Amino acid sequence: MEAIDVRKAYANHVALSGVSLAIPEGSIFGLLGPNGAGKTSLIRIITQITGADEGEIRFRGERLNPAHIAEIGYLPEERGLYKKMKVGEQLLYLAQLRGLSRSDATARIKQWLNRFEIKEWAGKNVEDLSKGMQQKVQFIATVLHEPKLIILDEPFSGFDPINANLLKDEILRLKQEGASIIFSTHRMESVEEMCDHIALINRSRKVLDGPVGLIRDQFKTNTYEVEGKGKLMVVHPDFEVLEQKERENGHFYARVQLHAGVRPNDLLRYLIGAVEVEAFREKIPSINEIFIRRVRETMPETLVEETVN
Amino acid sequence: MASKFLLVAQREYLTRVRKKAFIVLTLAVPLLLAGFGVFVAKIASSDNDTTDVVEVRDDSGLNVASRLVSTPQLRFETAAGTLAEAKKGFQKAKHDGLVYLPAGLDVEKPTGVQFFGKGNISLKKQLAVENALNKAFSELKMQKSGLSQEQLDRLRSKVDLQAISLDETGKEANSNALATSGMSYALALAIYLFIFIYGVQIMRGVGEEKSSRIMEVMLSSVKPFDLMMGKIMGIAAVGLTQFLMWGLLSFGASSVLLPLVTKDDQPKTEVAATPASASGAAAASDDEPRSAAATFDKNMQQGTKQANPASRLNIFETLANLPLGTILFGFIVYFLGGYLLYGALFGAVGAAVDDQTDTQQFMMPITMPLILSYIVGVSVILRNPDGPVAFWMSMIPFTSPIAMVIRLPFGVPAWQLALSIFLLILGFIGTVWVAARIYRVGILMYGKKVTYKELGKWMFYKG
Repeated sequence: MEAIDVRKAYANHVALSGVSLAIPEGSIFGLLGPNGAGKTSLIRIITQITGADEGEIRFRGERLNPAHIAEIGYLPEERGLYKKMKVGEQLLYLAQLRGLSRSDATARIKQWLNRFEIKEWAGKNVEDLSKGMQQKVQFIATVLHEPKLIILDEPFSGFDPINANLLKDEILRLKQEGASIIFSTHRMESVEEMCDHIALINRSRKVLDGPVGLIRDQFKTNTYEVEGKGKLMVVHPDFEVLEQKERENGHFYARVQLHAGVRPNDLLRYLIGAVEVEAFREKIPSINEIFIRRVRETMPETLVEETVN
Repeated sequence: MASKFLLVAQREYLTRVRKKAFIVLTLAVPLLLAGFGVFVAKIASSDNDTTDVVEVRDDSGLNVASRLVSTPQLRFETAAGTLAEAKKGFQKAKHDGLVYLPAGLDVEKPTGVQFFGKGNISLKKQLAVENALNKAFSELKMQKSGLSQEQLDRLRSKVDLQAISLDETGKEANSNALATSGMSYALALAIYLFIFIYGVQIMRGVGEEKSSRIMEVMLSSVKPFDLMMGKIMGIAAVGLTQFLMWGLLSFGASSVLLPLVTKDDQPKTEVAATPASASGAAAASDDEPRSAAATFDKNMQQGTKQANPASRLNIFETLANLPLGTILFGFIVYFLGGYLLYGALFGAVGAAVDDQTDTQQFMMPITMPLILSYIVGVSVILRNPDGPVAFWMSMIPFTSPIAMVIRLPFGVPAWQLALSIFLLILGFIGTVWVAARIYRVGILMYGKKVTYKELGKWMFYKG
């Protein structure tokens, strides 16, 4: 899926200004950004709930059209089902609206309810289920028609840790089966371990996108974390100690940044001579940190407000 | 996406029809209606079945007693003996009253006639007796002025007015204003109720979808227009089912229950009972109030007497003479057109507001023309179906569904009907268009207090 220069404006604010994205097939794509950045607007354009003012969305090279509804599954942030409808009927209805035949839908509903071990709920009204159960039902409704593209808006909010893990496993399984998945969330740490690609959106603009590994490399600062026993020398021409903390029993924790051209082994060699090293690892920036750094570089005026979110 | 539209309509239909409330209501209303009908029939018949026996002590020597005409409701019996004996006698005999005509009564100025009753005398009984006495005395007077008994008998014959309407081609048709009005009224009421009950259901349904936050899921698979129209059509089907069931069940229940209540094999149906009161009211209008009541009462008796097969045949004949084809066609057109027009607006209101309690301010402008057309329709158009008010109201799409069906049984020129239907179609295309735009924006709008200005803006939003 591709978004090309998408713009969307509402009456009194711009939701998206010139956002272009490419979502590789079979990957998990993280659409990240603070609240109000424009994530939901973009998703609504992809799911054809609204149209873009300018630009276009391509799905496997084709311009997005109503036939693609059957290929897309969408779990909105605002979860909702018909309260007075039975679980089984509800799933059947939603699946049929997505273009599934009655018999196919019935068979798949049975299969999914078995997988989540909630078969006995099929005859219950949705309003009688707990919130977590409703979430599961809604997830089933999202993927029942075996979409090629699954869009999950804040997927883990409202799930307890056990069910969140169950959901993660299902998502990974769906990916194995060839579906592309878009995660949209403002809680970046919650999905960063799952995503292959990410795009960061802030204030209606894309600030960064690419494969997660690449982005991390790009934002690496050659900083290492060291833990050990003894006292670290503070001054050295090849590296700089950014932070040092004393711990109990003469232990310490330090963050050390290497200067250009210096390799980690050089630091390690120096450390071995000076202290007793217990831990040595590269400090990899989290997506959150990258986001803040990136925003600070590109649009510092927005930062104060965003970090509040 | 015709199939999705159907799916939505199907869901709306099935979930509603399967609700307990729907089933209960569908079964209970005809029973209530039939029960009410039985109740009215029972009261009417018990009122007519009992015969008041009034004894007459005639000392006047004018032979008034023999001229008092007994009706099925009121029987006069001559009492023997003195007044004191008669007074005791009628109470012993459990008769209802005693009329005393004193000696030396002047035919020209009959004063001093007394009516004794057990306990309080009802106005109805008093009026009936008075009426009979009046008649007797006027006969006496006529005889005095030289009319023979034979002539008097001839004069007594009752006039049964048969109204005949001439249409433009000069074809005669039995016209019974009452049957025609009744039909108009029934049609208008059906449309009014239908639009109201099911329009509000549309609104609540949209509100429910909005508050349960399922809109986004739905919209990612269905176009807002399909969703709205599916809902409107599904609910229309629910309404039609309910009305049909009510019709059938009421008919069934009444036809089973009514014969059980009315003892004689000539069931006094409501249809038969109505012409009496209405013609009585009409006749009463030119009298002074007090005697109006008397006339009314007299008519009441005549009316019920009239409820014989012949007069009922007349009503059915009238109904059969109405332009039934046109009425049926018109009814369906205005029924659907009016429902669509208002249904779309109700849907838009449901979409525009978050909270059911906020709907009031937007309901007003929708319900006003509906209520207005009903009230004006029943009070003005029914009386003057060809007047200017009737004409204009049957042209404006917001009022025409009710105004025009009221006019239909009275006959409407073809060009007016065509123009009105054309305007109605334009009207509902217009409101559906407006509603779809408000709907499309409104259903995803949360936590915002909506104003009319805002709604105006929504109409011109792009995609």
